[in-house]
Amino acid sequence: MATRKFRCKVCGYVHEGDSAPDKCPVCQAPASEFEEVTEGKPDKKLNTNSNTYTIVYAAVMVIVVAFLLAFVNSGLRDKQDENIRLDTKKQILSSLGITSDNAGADYDRYVKRDVLIDPATGMETEEVPAADFSTNYDNEAKAGRLHVFVCDVDGETKYVIPVNGAGLWGAIWGYVALDADKQTVYGTYFSHASETPGLGAEIAGEAFQDQFNGKKVMDGGNVALSVVKHGTSEGSEFKVDGISGGTITSDGVNNMLHTCLHNYVNFLTAK
Amino acid sequence: MSQLLSKKNKEALFTPIGKNNPVTVQVLGICSALAVTSKLEPAIVMGLSVTVITAFSNLVISFIRKTIPNRIRIIVQLVVVAALVTVVSEVLKAFAYDVSVQLSVYVGLIITNCILMGRLEAYAMSNGPWSSFLDGIGNGLGYAKILIIVAFFRELLGSGTLLGFKVIPDAFYAAGYANNGLMLMPPMALIILACLIWYQRARNKDLQEK
Repeated sequence: MATRKFRCKVCGYVHEGDSAPDKCPVCQAPASEFEEVTEGKPDKKLNTNSNTYTIVYAAVMVIVVAFLLAFVNSGLRDKQDENIRLDTKKQILSSLGITSDNAGADYDRYVKRDVLIDPATGMETEEVPAADFSTNYDNEAKAGRLHVFVCDVDGETKYVIPVNGAGLWGAIWGYVALDADKQTVYGTYFSHASETPGLGAEIAGEAFQDQFNGKKVMDGGNVALSVVKHGTSEGSEFKVDGISGGTITSDGVNNMLHTCLHNYVNFLTAK
Repeated sequence: MSQLLSKKNKEALFTPIGKNNPVTVQVLGICSALAVTSKLEPAIVMGLSVTVITAFSNLVISFIRKTIPNRIRIIVQLVVVAALVTVVSEVLKAFAYDVSVQLSVYVGLIITNCILMGRLEAYAMSNGPWSSFLDGIGNGLGYAKILIIVAFFRELLGSGTLLGFKVIPDAFYAAGYANNGLMLMPPMALIILACLIWYQRARNKDLQEK
């Protein structure tokens, strides 16, 4: 056994040995004035600096926080998913120029069918049931599932095509609504994950989106709808002005339109 | 409970809003002041979110301050802040989806806000829960105040709008007035901030170095 320690209660001198000394060498107090110092055994106070305590503390903290977050996440998951679905529907409606407080009901009213098309023929291959409504069209496009929403606005058929791309800081996406001739833009909706407020983020503003209305998508067999440098689009039926100061985001929108709509060329040219 | 608003607690609540402002005096949280102030609305929401999170992280840390091992205290603080921020962002997504979309990345940015760590280290680690809570609210509001002032000038002069509404009449533009695009760039946030610091130091003799 390791040496025990005894402290003099009068002067605080600590003696190391098997038992208390007969007399304190400092203050001459008798052995009865000594008490054993109990180290290792928890005193009435925890030693918060020991390694064991630190490791246990960290482990417990991480587990508690992990459970808390998992609990919050699973508790709120359904509600969040529902919000995201509603928000996606709202965005699709917004491309049709419909602002809605009740996106769920209005979506059912205006959007008649959610169909997949075959890029090679441009023909419809299957209809997506309402229960399988997707909220991530980037993944859908990568999986080769090309969605078209067939809509009915005041008796006229409109087609909405989802588009996805990258801006300056993160993802950008949107929906392009076309008239029944599949050539004229009826309306657009763009949004972004984290573009610069006041600059690139303006793609989510009406001023930018309204420029697309009435423009043509295709020139010959190619996608011609483009976003160009601010102030150079005048007189063109294919081009819209980019945002000055938001060049990379504007270019991102341009690339997004070209890449995504390219998959739909056969659908757009099919009569 | 007679000391709910004792002199010390009042100080904890009010000095950060004015004389000991975390942004202009302690110069903390500058990076987010650049990022979110080009428009007034995100600045307001960010200010409020930071207030809520500083208050509650101060409260939690103050409750457990005596049990925290000294060597990993920064990590403990960070975990508490990160957990709170995640919970707040999950709750926003479930119950206020529109607000959470608007805030997007800013909620996550709160974790890196040095005002939080600063207050936890300097105040919550050595003070009781109630005064720490007040200190958190005070510092959060002090931060929000500066953000709102900076965003006010940047949105007004940079976009000619306030909270998205046009306030500069078309007649001004017709007469040759133009929005200052530089106002929307981060450097102008720094310059406006510097002007605020200048103003506060000029008014407050205590803050001037000899």
